[in-house]
Amino acid sequence: MGQPADLRRTPLTDLHEAAGARLVDFSGFLMPVQYDGILDEVRRVRTQAGTFDLCHMGRCRITGDRRMEAAQYLVHVNVEKMKQGAIKYSFFARDDGTTMDDVLIYRDEDEIFFCINAGNRDRDLEWMREVAGRYDCTLDDQSDELAMIAIQGPASAATMAPLCSGDVAGLKYYNFYRGTVCDVPAMISRTGYTGEDGYEIYFEASKAPGIWNAILESGKGAGVTPIGLAARDTLRLEAGMALYGHELDDTTNPAEAGIITKLLKHTNDFSGRAAIESMIVAGPTRRLIGFTTDSKRVPRQGYDLCLPDDGEKVGEVCSGSPSPTLGTNIGTAYVRTEHAVDGGELEMDIRGQRHAVRLQALPFYKRAR
Amino acid sequence: MNPNDLKYTMTHEWIRVDGDVATIGITAHAAESLSDLVYLGLPSAGDEMTAGESFGEIESVKAVSDLNSPVNGEVVEANTALEDNLATINSDPYGEGWLVKVKLSGGLPEGLMDVDNYEKLVAENA
Repeated sequence: MGQPADLRRTPLTDLHEAAGARLVDFSGFLMPVQYDGILDEVRRVRTQAGTFDLCHMGRCRITGDRRMEAAQYLVHVNVEKMKQGAIKYSFFARDDGTTMDDVLIYRDEDEIFFCINAGNRDRDLEWMREVAGRYDCTLDDQSDELAMIAIQGPASAATMAPLCSGDVAGLKYYNFYRGTVCDVPAMISRTGYTGEDGYEIYFEASKAPGIWNAILESGKGAGVTPIGLAARDTLRLEAGMALYGHELDDTTNPAEAGIITKLLKHTNDFSGRAAIESMIVAGPTRRLIGFTTDSKRVPRQGYDLCLPDDGEKVGEVCSGSPSPTLGTNIGTAYVRTEHAVDGGELEMDIRGQRHAVRLQALPFYKRAR
Repeated sequence: MNPNDLKYTMTHEWIRVDGDVATIGITAHAAESLSDLVYLGLPSAGDEMTAGESFGEIESVKAVSDLNSPVNGEVVEANTALEDNLATINSDPYGEGWLVKVKLSGGLPEGLMDVDNYEKLVAENA
């Protein structure tokens, strides 16, 4: 674990410190894990809105005449069918189908832009550079030149509208446009990692403090505050979204993770396609599924899930948290397919003690539309 | 800030001794680090406490921590009322937030800190 002096700061770290955030090492960055209280922060995002410093994530683009082909080899979605301004969720897979990262891919006019996880930045960039090279394209790492901020929650559109050019309230989900935020050129996307309405914006890094403060000022009346990474983790879990290192890792396959459930319609090759489709045809031997528990114990990565009455292990927890939104504790796990049924009852083993859990299909929470 | 009539451990427990009964809890610093508490697992009256070993668990949203016993003895009483009111540990860690009362066997072990040394430890690791 890095000492505070070795950790990288984002353009917003000073502001987090001034706001009294608790800062921790997250993938080598000094990041705010919480401000006032994790569960309060979760509730605030669901009822009002909150801002997130996402500068630790990776941002890069592929340019060049054959960029569409290069991008296609990297992801499973049909890149040539993506319209200008569209965003898709996908993953980078090896030849054997195992996942290296999960990513967002943005189809822009002269470039294909990617948002990748902080923890996998170096590995992803090396892989992308190699693939880009095969198609005579260039990979630009823009992680340092661009900042990334999110606002999530029902008050997001009203908060951002006075600050943004263009029709920010009318922007469709999983779409983006290039405009301005506080007169600063920015990519504005209607995406997020919480299951709430909201935006993620990308712009020149040096403008980050001004824009962060402007968003908080604009949202003050609605109770908008900064939100830490711990609350972010609970929010995404409630929304049934994967976190690399938990639901996805070097051993997981997108089929068992539920990202791809049937054979793809398009015929474009991409890294890992054959292995992934074999697994779909054969049927994964384990499946990612959610669960709830009345136990006060919090489900945590690595806990075994077992058949009832002291039965054998049939699964393992990936993530867990109290859920302020559901009022119970929740988690995700990979469970042997024959036992991975909605409503199924298993037991979670915590240091030898068994706690009843009930399985349920993800997500736990879907916002009202 | 931390009471000066208590002894402290490196793992952020405090001890108040009254005759041969010691009351044990966790410090304000520990409570603050844990913040949102969700679960407390305490021993029962009659259970043995062994210095250096875990006597229970305290769980926050993000992590489970062992409660480490600074003393040898037998549990006289566990503060089970806390289990439905964990926030008391945050609001009154040295008073109503006490965790167990232990009948000591033998005296207090070596290595417990006074308040000044404990506060120095906390400052150094901040």
